[in-house]
Amino acid sequence: MSFDVASVRRQFPILSEIIDGKPVHYLDNGASAQTPMVVIDAVRTYETTARANVLRGVHRLAERATEAYESAREEVARFLGVAPMEIVFTGGCTAAINLVAYSYGSLLKPGDRILLSELEHHSNIVPWQLLRDRSGIEIDMIPVTEDGRIDLSKLPSLLTKRTKLVSLAHISNVTGALVDVKMAVDAAKMVGAKVMLDGAQRAPHGPLDLPALGIDFYAFAGHKAYGPNGVGVLWARPELLEAMPPFHGGGSMIGRVTFARTTWAPPPRRFEAGTPPIGPAIGLGAACAWMRAIDWTGAHAHEMALVQRVMDGLQTIDGARLFGPASLQNRYPVVSFTLDGVHPHDVAQTLDSFGVAVRAGHHCAQPLMDRFDLDGTTRVSIAPYNDNSDVDALLTGVKHAAKTLR
Amino acid sequence: MSDQLYQDRIVALAKAKIGAGKLADPTKSARRDNPLCGDRVTIDVRLQDGRIAGIAHQVRGCLLCQASASALASVAVGKGAGEIEALRHDAERAVGREPGSAAAPFDAFTPVADHKSRQECVLLPFEALKDALS
Repeated sequence: MSFDVASVRRQFPILSEIIDGKPVHYLDNGASAQTPMVVIDAVRTYETTARANVLRGVHRLAERATEAYESAREEVARFLGVAPMEIVFTGGCTAAINLVAYSYGSLLKPGDRILLSELEHHSNIVPWQLLRDRSGIEIDMIPVTEDGRIDLSKLPSLLTKRTKLVSLAHISNVTGALVDVKMAVDAAKMVGAKVMLDGAQRAPHGPLDLPALGIDFYAFAGHKAYGPNGVGVLWARPELLEAMPPFHGGGSMIGRVTFARTTWAPPPRRFEAGTPPIGPAIGLGAACAWMRAIDWTGAHAHEMALVQRVMDGLQTIDGARLFGPASLQNRYPVVSFTLDGVHPHDVAQTLDSFGVAVRAGHHCAQPLMDRFDLDGTTRVSIAPYNDNSDVDALLTGVKHAAKTLR
Repeated sequence: MSDQLYQDRIVALAKAKIGAGKLADPTKSARRDNPLCGDRVTIDVRLQDGRIAGIAHQVRGCLLCQASASALASVAVGKGAGEIEALRHDAERAVGREPGSAAAPFDAFTPVADHKSRQECVLLPFEALKDALS
């Protein structure tokens, strides 16, 4: 049975909005995905029937809030195939990576090395540069291939006995390329390095089995995975979380506080100082449950058929150049392109007049843009609720930009 | 709406590329980047008695930024820093950041007033020129 995109679309109220007389063709899912009604309902239920702080109160609302918050942790854990106590709620994916860079990073010594790739989002570069400035670690960089993939063939020459962590985008936010996790993990383990994946672009495309990947850290954002803003997730192996010192200090993350000495709560509480993003976490739990109910075999095939339609259509437009992998293999539904003689922002602005939302610019991946001497690209990022009408509106808009702006 | 944004005068200014390129003998040069969108403007000026005797720009940016640099180059020669600042106010009025109406050529940018996220694109060449004149 084919994937029923219409039934998915009906669950997203924003997709039936009409703006300036045009339907919403939302192809900017890589920046923020839209939210299904079930997530909105979960947040609303918390706000209207259980709003209170978690953990500390003894009253019934506090108990409801705590139960909903911890249930959300369980939902996220099921989504990732791990134990709930290995899930840390953060403010976002960036916050999760910063947590690792600060906390795990504090266990590193001057001269230790971190290995990143040339296509990383700035959120998987800058936290490590801050750590480098603080602690004297070194950063190495895996180059990308001509088709925008991390060139893992370079790994053996870049890994050293001092390499302590390899941190890579699970999927490129610019090219959609899926990294070969097994190859990265096998090579990293040869030198005893840990592996972290930035899962911001992968989590929105279905449940994961993190233990099977053999990695050590995983981070993703709620708002890209059909959940609310202001929440993200860090997963780490329990022995790593146990060994890591706190990132932020404050309430909830302590064992006992005296002016002489403070002890830390066990993970994950140790890393959730202060009042956490309770409503957003509950919404993210609902989003993970929603994703677990989707037929991802059908959804992925549907998404990639749309990618093919985008690529085929762009190739008929004079001056449109695809950037990234030429095939659909080991690829997720992100397509970047340039249009000769028209700046990506002007393409995106023109598309907006056709009701099409895309992202244009450097996509927080300036080293990758520099590598290919690009000012930026126009990026189409697809979710299961997109359909042929979205792609056709996109192609109409790109043709219009090509005709009128050069 | 974007179709109204890219009106003929803006597109014509961008395509005219007035002053596009480099000066062979610049007195000063300055480069400005917009970290949000990645637009980059480099401006060369040749100064004579504190006034602009020659100007050239290289724009790696959008059509609005190209059009603004082109408009600026079309009127900058013979002007000093104070007069360039006055032109900037004209551009700010055009994009709705200051009250009042703008004169040519910057009145071409009045459609940008409805697109707050694109206003910096128009003003970036002024930032670069200000640096070059300082």
